[in-house]
Amino acid sequence: MNRSYRLLIPIILILILAIFIDLPKSPGIHIGSYNRDFSTHLGLDLVGGLQALLEADVPPTTSVDPKDMAVAEKIVENRVNALGVSEPVVQQAGSKRIVIELPGETDPEKALAVIKQTGLLEFVDMTSLTNQEAFALVHTKINTDWVPGVSQPTQSITSTVTTPASTPELTITPSATATSTITSTIPAVLGPTFHTIMTGADLKNVGVQTTQGGGYVVAFELNSEGSQIFKDFTSAHVGQILGITLDKEVISAPSVNTPITGGKGVIEGKFTADEANTLALQLKYGSLPIPLKVITSESVGPTLGQDSLNKSLVAGVIGLTVVVLFMALYYRLPGIVADLALLCYATITFALFRLIPVTLTLPGIAGFILSVGVAVDANVLIFERLKEELRAGKSLSHAIDLGWKNAWPSIRDSNFSTLITCGILFWFGNTFGASIVKGFSLTLAIGVLVSMFTAIVVTRTFLHVVLDRINFTRHASWFGL
Amino acid sequence: MIDIVKRRYLYFGISLLVIIPGMLALAVWGLPLAIDFKGGSLLDISFDSGTVPPPAQVTTLYAENGFRDSIVQTSGQDGMIIRSTDMTDAQRNQLVTLMEAQFNSTITVNRFESVGPSVGQEVAKRAAGAVGLAALGILLYITLAFRGVSNAYRFGVAAIIAMLHDVLVVLGVEAILAHFLHWEVDSLFLTALLTVIGFSVHDTIVVFDRIRENLYIYRKLPYETVVNHSIVQTLVRSINTQLTVMLTLFALALFGGITIRHFVVILLVGVFSGTYSSIFNASPILVVWENKEWKTWFRRKPAV
Repeated sequence: MNRSYRLLIPIILILILAIFIDLPKSPGIHIGSYNRDFSTHLGLDLVGGLQALLEADVPPTTSVDPKDMAVAEKIVENRVNALGVSEPVVQQAGSKRIVIELPGETDPEKALAVIKQTGLLEFVDMTSLTNQEAFALVHTKINTDWVPGVSQPTQSITSTVTTPASTPELTITPSATATSTITSTIPAVLGPTFHTIMTGADLKNVGVQTTQGGGYVVAFELNSEGSQIFKDFTSAHVGQILGITLDKEVISAPSVNTPITGGKGVIEGKFTADEANTLALQLKYGSLPIPLKVITSESVGPTLGQDSLNKSLVAGVIGLTVVVLFMALYYRLPGIVADLALLCYATITFALFRLIPVTLTLPGIAGFILSVGVAVDANVLIFERLKEELRAGKSLSHAIDLGWKNAWPSIRDSNFSTLITCGILFWFGNTFGASIVKGFSLTLAIGVLVSMFTAIVVTRTFLHVVLDRINFTRHASWFGL
Repeated sequence: MIDIVKRRYLYFGISLLVIIPGMLALAVWGLPLAIDFKGGSLLDISFDSGTVPPPAQVTTLYAENGFRDSIVQTSGQDGMIIRSTDMTDAQRNQLVTLMEAQFNSTITVNRFESVGPSVGQEVAKRAAGAVGLAALGILLYITLAFRGVSNAYRFGVAAIIAMLHDVLVVLGVEAILAHFLHWEVDSLFLTALLTVIGFSVHDTIVVFDRIRENLYIYRKLPYETVVNHSIVQTLVRSINTQLTVMLTLFALALFGGITIRHFVVILLVGVFSGTYSSIFNASPILVVWENKEWKTWFRRKPAV
């Protein structure tokens, strides 16, 4: 077999894989424990939805501990997941910002309220558990019956605290403000649902105190409503467990030593200074280690998105068709070969978009279409060189290799400079959560890289496969000469 | 053979003819910044009843709710775009509810954006930094890629001058179009500008690569002849590549919908300018530099 043909098999294998990934209903890859589904991720400007940039609400000169930001990001992510939007994005942008994207979210106001809330701190009724059972639950997620967006359940509490947690009449009925999306999307955790006695909203003050023995306790103070609830509950349940959860995760399970009637109490335990501080901070700010504020938000209605998607698809198809025709008409036979390579290019690039995955936005699609121009350019460079070599009287097979070899430095250098620009655009988009800029640079960069691959490998191999058997002197017109 | 290098001062003149009016427009009218860069909010709505209320009433309603200086534009049959200072989603919802009540129509929110003022300024500052950084990165890369050629940095500088040419053309055209079409400079415009920078250098390098190659092959020929020869050799490629890119961009501009038209038009202008500058500016600059022609500029009329 000719040396130039040896790449044909890898190319075909890559193509088959790419087509498999591109299939509209791709079955995905499921081998053993490896599971991977492929789908096209569409950006907010195409499906509608909400994008917001949250910033640590600290004075501009203060720096933020990266660890705190990481924790805040994780917590925001948990809350975003609880909203039940498909394919949400939560990412840190720069040193003190978090960008969130909720494709398809139709109620931005509510979504932001849920995300921004200072941590869902709940005091839950664990009186049905023994000490050991309760301790086993620390750092695990549990179900509670408190529903985000519903006003505090304080009024209905006093009469019901004494009843065991699992009885149905305790379940708080969601009021009209809570839509079904919210109630149905609270992360399903196996096990019983615990009753929420009160939330962190009733906490007035929290601090760390040292004891006479040199240990640490977390002291807290409640507002008047909270004091009343606490008084009723602790009086009835001395010796039993009162669970404290943050965003449904049990952070502490103290038992009630004495009834707390004055609205002030302490949580005792064998705390180190750090542990006590952490617990106090968690109680104070909810789970967010730093307060966040919304600095930019953008929402796009679903109709505008769908309209943009349809139009850019039409434009893309028309643009590609024109390019394919141009290549075939101007470069004749090599042009048609290049068109085949171009199809491979589009197939592989799209597969990469689904594989990585890259979220496609309008400018992203524009970047993709532009990179088709780059892909064509590489072929044009090779063909112009090919023609020169043919005019100089070289044999066809030799001319293909020479044409490719001479065109390579300019393909490499010119594409590299585009990649440099892409890198800077990506950095810029990343810092500001400007996902549109980021998406554009990513699609353009992938396009440039794949176009280099198709120019180097695919076009050259195809040219040899198709052209090597042709007698050039008899068919010069096939080459536009 | 076409002699492009010989008429280099004519082509420099054509560039100036485009750039100078653009710069004047920039100086007189300035570039209106979008909320991405200066902060503020944008609300794009349509009135489901099909009748749009008079903009003045909307401005008044905004003012009554503490948002002065709002700018109201009608768009299409039943649409309206309102720009004002930044607001929260809750405030926006309240305004929409008030408008629904006052103008007796349900309202569909197509798009809502709100950017805090401090973020806007920061973005603008970083954007300038990004353009500078891109220029620097490219200069370094070209100097590296052409290190075998004598005076490699000249290629880098010439490519940067051609790139700045394209940046000025784009900025000038944007200033003129923004004035008449009420366009605003947003992060998409910036993306287009950076893409133009990338493409401009991409184009220039293809020509430079030929010069690099030909300088080796035709050592005996005068510099001018080698440069001109290289330009002509790459001319078909330059035009064909530009044609294919511009064809796809035309398709996007015509059928791609209003959202990205501004973006695509700027790309079109930039790609055209990029090809022009790589053929008619970048390589002739090398010749001017090689001949040190600036010594004669002020003595007598340039040899056009």
